[in-house]
Amino acid sequence: MAERELKKHSASSHSENTATEEDVAVSTEKGDKLKAEIDDILDEIDEVLEENAEEFVRGYVQKGGE
Amino acid sequence: MIPKKICGLETEYGITAPKSLGGDPTAAASFLISAYIGDDIKGISWDFTDEAPGNDARGFLDADALPPAVEPQLLNAVLTNGGRYYVDHAHPEYSTPECLNVKEALLYDKAGETILTLSMENSKKLLPPGEEIVVYKNNSDGKNNSYGCHENYLVSRATPFSQFVDYLIPHLVTRQVYTGAGKIGTEGLNRTNDGKTIFQISQRADFFEAAVGLETTIRRPILNTRDEPHSDKSQYRRLHIITGDANLAEVATFLKMGTTAVVLQLIEEGVLSHLALDMESPVQDIQGISRDISLKYRLKLKNGKSITALEIQWLYLEEAKKYHSQYGLDAVGEDDLATEILQRWEYVLTALEDDIYSLSKQLDWVAKLQIVNAFCERHKTDLFDPNVAAIDLQYHDMRQDKSIFQRLNMETLLRRQDVENAVADPPETTRAYFRGECLKRYPGEVRSVNWDSVLFEVDRGPLQKVPMNEPLRGSKKYIGDLLDKSPTARDLLYNLQN
Repeated sequence: MAERELKKHSASSHSENTATEEDVAVSTEKGDKLKAEIDDILDEIDEVLEENAEEFVRGYVQKGGE
Repeated sequence: MIPKKICGLETEYGITAPKSLGGDPTAAASFLISAYIGDDIKGISWDFTDEAPGNDARGFLDADALPPAVEPQLLNAVLTNGGRYYVDHAHPEYSTPECLNVKEALLYDKAGETILTLSMENSKKLLPPGEEIVVYKNNSDGKNNSYGCHENYLVSRATPFSQFVDYLIPHLVTRQVYTGAGKIGTEGLNRTNDGKTIFQISQRADFFEAAVGLETTIRRPILNTRDEPHSDKSQYRRLHIITGDANLAEVATFLKMGTTAVVLQLIEEGVLSHLALDMESPVQDIQGISRDISLKYRLKLKNGKSITALEIQWLYLEEAKKYHSQYGLDAVGEDDLATEILQRWEYVLTALEDDIYSLSKQLDWVAKLQIVNAFCERHKTDLFDPNVAAIDLQYHDMRQDKSIFQRLNMETLLRRQDVENAVADPPETTRAYFRGECLKRYPGEVRSVNWDSVLFEVDRGPLQKVPMNEPLRGSKKYIGDLLDKSPTARDLLYNLQN
């Protein structure tokens, strides 16, 4: 029974993939927006990353906890 | 009767110590906490009389087990929000108060982040110019040292512990597909030495070495057997779960605790016993799942079949939906909360099957992976680049100006004002209300507190302990009027007795 249910999930999550041209246009637009957003974040990361990354990462040593 | 899933989170933060504190993390953690705690409650201590982390839920004493030592000499502070803030094994640790449900626990976990951030800001003002203490909400230093984010849930003692072993472990092993905080590299006994490196889903998975056990610092078990209920022992257990990653993403914490509370109710109701989830090697699998971001890793069941983490999660979700539609999930919370958990659970599992990157605003590991990939693409570099390791670390940096997480505009479930309020105000729904309000109203007369009691000393008279064995009593509903009628601690003690 479990296996049948799993197949059903996979089917339902993939079945409505008959994309129209409109859908493609929307998804390209969304993709462009996402890429622009990630580019902005990368610009910020370049600014805030610790200057000497190697030393910073090497110096981060913790004692085990709990 | 199945008890309400009263719950909470304890988080050990990573810490870097400045030169003036000798680079000593324990001194830095003490300094950090002292810089935060107000003078009015600074003298109120944690009462360790009843702490017994060595008791084993399986009902026997494991002679070889080494439970963590209780450290009363280190700084231990109690907070007016009902939580606890203390030094634990060279880390600052924040424990939320007891919360009525997982949404409230999320709120108090986020308030904890604010408390740590304020502590850093306060301590910076007290340190020599140019120095600061920095804390990180993560679980590993990338050098084989791990520190935890522990969940606690109230469960019925009537449920045999073996039921949790059988039906909770598969959940704890597989839920990381949405609770992972992401990490570059492998650590622990099974670290890879093939000259390659990987991005893995979980910070914590590398550090588990046993399926069931008492320890939390060595030979870490997937299911911890610490039996320290901090409440009526005859009725309750406090299930202490140590596998989770410390999440920054609100959706991840909400799902981590929400799905677990649901699974616990299902176990206590006894409705999972027809599921064949006996895993052949859960320790190997918790690592195997974490190390395969394609989510295709198949784990072996004792019945000979193999199954993916997502498929196991779907099985739990189907059982939860079936049960919820017939009987509700009232131990988890009001119906809209249970519905929200189930809907988000389904949404996330579906999205993980379709396109993991559609969850980059919801899940920590996906958000981190997306940024790491984009960084590597832009700078034509790979996972060995120290800058990439710095991103891995700075994702968790609690300094607002250095945090990468803060820049990602992740989905939130809480109102900012509620988080601000939860920094100082206790939840109104549990005995934490009584604890927090006593600290706010009568700081001069509270001598010490524990989870299940408050100790008063009024006018140098005899110490008087108010026990709180029932986690739901002491809520505003129970005690609010009485507190309002008691301008002094003396009045309160008198009114409690009459």
